[in-house]
Amino acid sequence: MNTLVRCQFSLHDKLKLSLAIRELKTMNHIAIKMLMGDKGKYLGIVMGLTFASLIMTQQPAIFLGLMSRSYSFISDVGLPDIWVMDAKVQFIDDIKPLQDTELYRVRGISGVKWAMPMYKGLLKARLVDGTFQTCNVVGLDDATLIGGPPVMLEGKLADLRRSDGIIVDIDGATDKLGKPSPIPGGKTIPLKVGDSLELNDHRAIIVGIAKVTRTFQSQPVIYTTYSRAKSYAPKERKLLSFVLVKAKPGQDLTELTRRIRAATGLAAYTQKEFMSLTYEYFMHNTGIPINFGISVLLGFIVGAAIAGQTFYNSTLENLRQFGVLKAMGTSNWILLRMILLQAVLVGTIGYGLGVGLTAIFGYSMRHSILAFKFTWELLLFSGTGVSLICIFAALISIIKVIRLEPAIVFKG
Amino acid sequence: MDSSSFAVRCRNVIKVYDTGSQKVTALNGINLEIALGELMMLVGPSGCGKTTLISIIAGILDQDDGYCEVFGEDLLNMSIQRKLNFRARNIGFVFQAFNLLPALNAAENVSIPLIINGMKRAEAERKAATLLEQVGLGARVTALPSELSGGQQQRVAIARALVHSPRLIVCDEPTSSLDHETGHRVMALLKDVALHKDRALVIVTHDARIFDFADRIAKMDDGCIVEVKGATNRNLSFHQPTRSKR
Ligand SMILES: Nc1ncnc2c1ncn2[C@@H]1O[C@H](COP(=O)(O)OP(=O)(O)OP(=O)(O)O)[C@@H](O)[C@H]1O
Ligand SMILES: [Mg+2]
Repeated sequence: MNTLVRCQFSLHDKLKLSLAIRELKTMNHIAIKMLMGDKGKYLGIVMGLTFASLIMTQQPAIFLGLMSRSYSFISDVGLPDIWVMDAKVQFIDDIKPLQDTELYRVRGISGVKWAMPMYKGLLKARLVDGTFQTCNVVGLDDATLIGGPPVMLEGKLADLRRSDGIIVDIDGATDKLGKPSPIPGGKTIPLKVGDSLELNDHRAIIVGIAKVTRTFQSQPVIYTTYSRAKSYAPKERKLLSFVLVKAKPGQDLTELTRRIRAATGLAAYTQKEFMSLTYEYFMHNTGIPINFGISVLLGFIVGAAIAGQTFYNSTLENLRQFGVLKAMGTSNWILLRMILLQAVLVGTIGYGLGVGLTAIFGYSMRHSILAFKFTWELLLFSGTGVSLICIFAALISIIKVIRLEPAIVFKG
Repeated sequence: MDSSSFAVRCRNVIKVYDTGSQKVTALNGINLEIALGELMMLVGPSGCGKTTLISIIAGILDQDDGYCEVFGEDLLNMSIQRKLNFRARNIGFVFQAFNLLPALNAAENVSIPLIINGMKRAEAERKAATLLEQVGLGARVTALPSELSGGQQQRVAIARALVHSPRLIVCDEPTSSLDHETGHRVMALLKDVALHKDRALVIVTHDARIFDFADRIAKMDDGCIVEVKGATNRNLSFHQPTRSKR
């Protein structure tokens, strides 16, 4: 008996529920038609959201791409676990040289498998036509050549052992270090293996061409051995830029950095820490984040203004229709769902278009100098932005419709 | 007469609009009964409260005082949801400005009351198309309101007011936007298809040329009913729809 009553009850409930759902589903159809009834407004809303979503995805993607360049030299040097440097260094290009003896002190610390020197500095190269070009010269440990370029396009890293050997990055070789065209105004001729140039009056012969990840520094990158780099560099007491450390297997890296700091008084960072140190430096000491922040904010505001305003206007224009539906017995709840559906619909379309356009933009720019890093977090970021705009637009519309007196239907 | 033979009973209904700066007494003690099977017209000068009164009768406006009963139900004291359901099931609306949804075609417009009452879309539109045929628009089922003449739009609106077989149909100036001849045809149609022995029609109008269609005419002035003309014998107004005519 009891179960029978319960059964009937739940059946009744289910019936009521399915009725409500059915009403909702069919009213959804009306909501969509109402939204698309005014093609101009509908397009305006979608375009506003597309714009907002495009700006909110593309600008941060460029920003992330740009910021990742700040530390790309560090991530290119894959092998070492820990970077040791002067305690006052703030980022990768902030070179404060050490004495060569520091290398041996680091090698003596327990837990260090190996430690190698690295020279990094800006030097002037004299090209065949007599002009000068500042280059980013990297000197690698003579014996192991640890810290070399990530990809060799021509020649081998070991070719650096040949006398006067240097490796040049492809962008530098084709552009800034290129030889002037014999025809005036023609394209420069890229440097090839076997060509030479002068670094501080020392002859340097190109033994390889490498591909490196682009950095903030637009200068050509030249790799050579540590001792040769020292001979190219102006004579100074200190020339060691970094000590690159590999930890013994099983060695805790944080513990090792602490130990190196304690023993030498130098700064020691894991690769990740050094990357984020550099990243943070650019975040806090350059106008880049604020510039992009303003772009994103503008995109958000303009998108919200266009889309939100048009959406609200369209609701205002349809107010009488909502009033008619209300008079005929449609509940506020269903009207609310109708407006939400309209907002979700335009939001999804605008977001999809904006993100799609961003992807197309990134793809078409993949070979250009433009920095672009499209991560899934960005999808979340712009998705949240577009959702906020839609929620805002829907909310002001919903308030208007809920407050609407159905008696307005008889007003002329 | 027992209460069950009335569609509407109003007792001393008062409505005051408070606009903040001033109070406007729109209805000042309305007493009115509308019998089942009756077509009642409300006439009177502009601003006398006709629209206010039918809004209260239709349950889309609450009176401030007095009692108004529609099919034996006191709308004022109903819960919101019950009132919505009551309106959805029992009231049909016809407006001066038609108030069709411009993005929906004729059949979709007519199907709205059925959809609100929970009918499936396909079925509702089928039923709507049948009714459109009855009001002489069988060929324009998929036309948008903007593609129809004023008279045709009002016929669509009438079909929408009737499609769910409501027991009370309220019309505010249904012929004012139409020329005389079209207005006449719309009224004939309304009376023909809408009036039933268990149904009532309230029509607000200025249009003296359609007074002939009324069973009774209530004249209002300054928020009061000042005169009710016409036979009170409901039997005279019984009228079976003769649907085969069209
Ligand atoms: N929403 C409102 N707020 C304030 N006053 C109102 C409102 N609606 C109507 N009124 C006032 O109430 C009175 C009655 O209005 P109502 O619309 O019922 O008149 P009506 O008889 O329908 O007039 P008409 O023939 O011009 O349509 C008028 O004085 C009008 O100004
Ligand atoms: Mg009026």
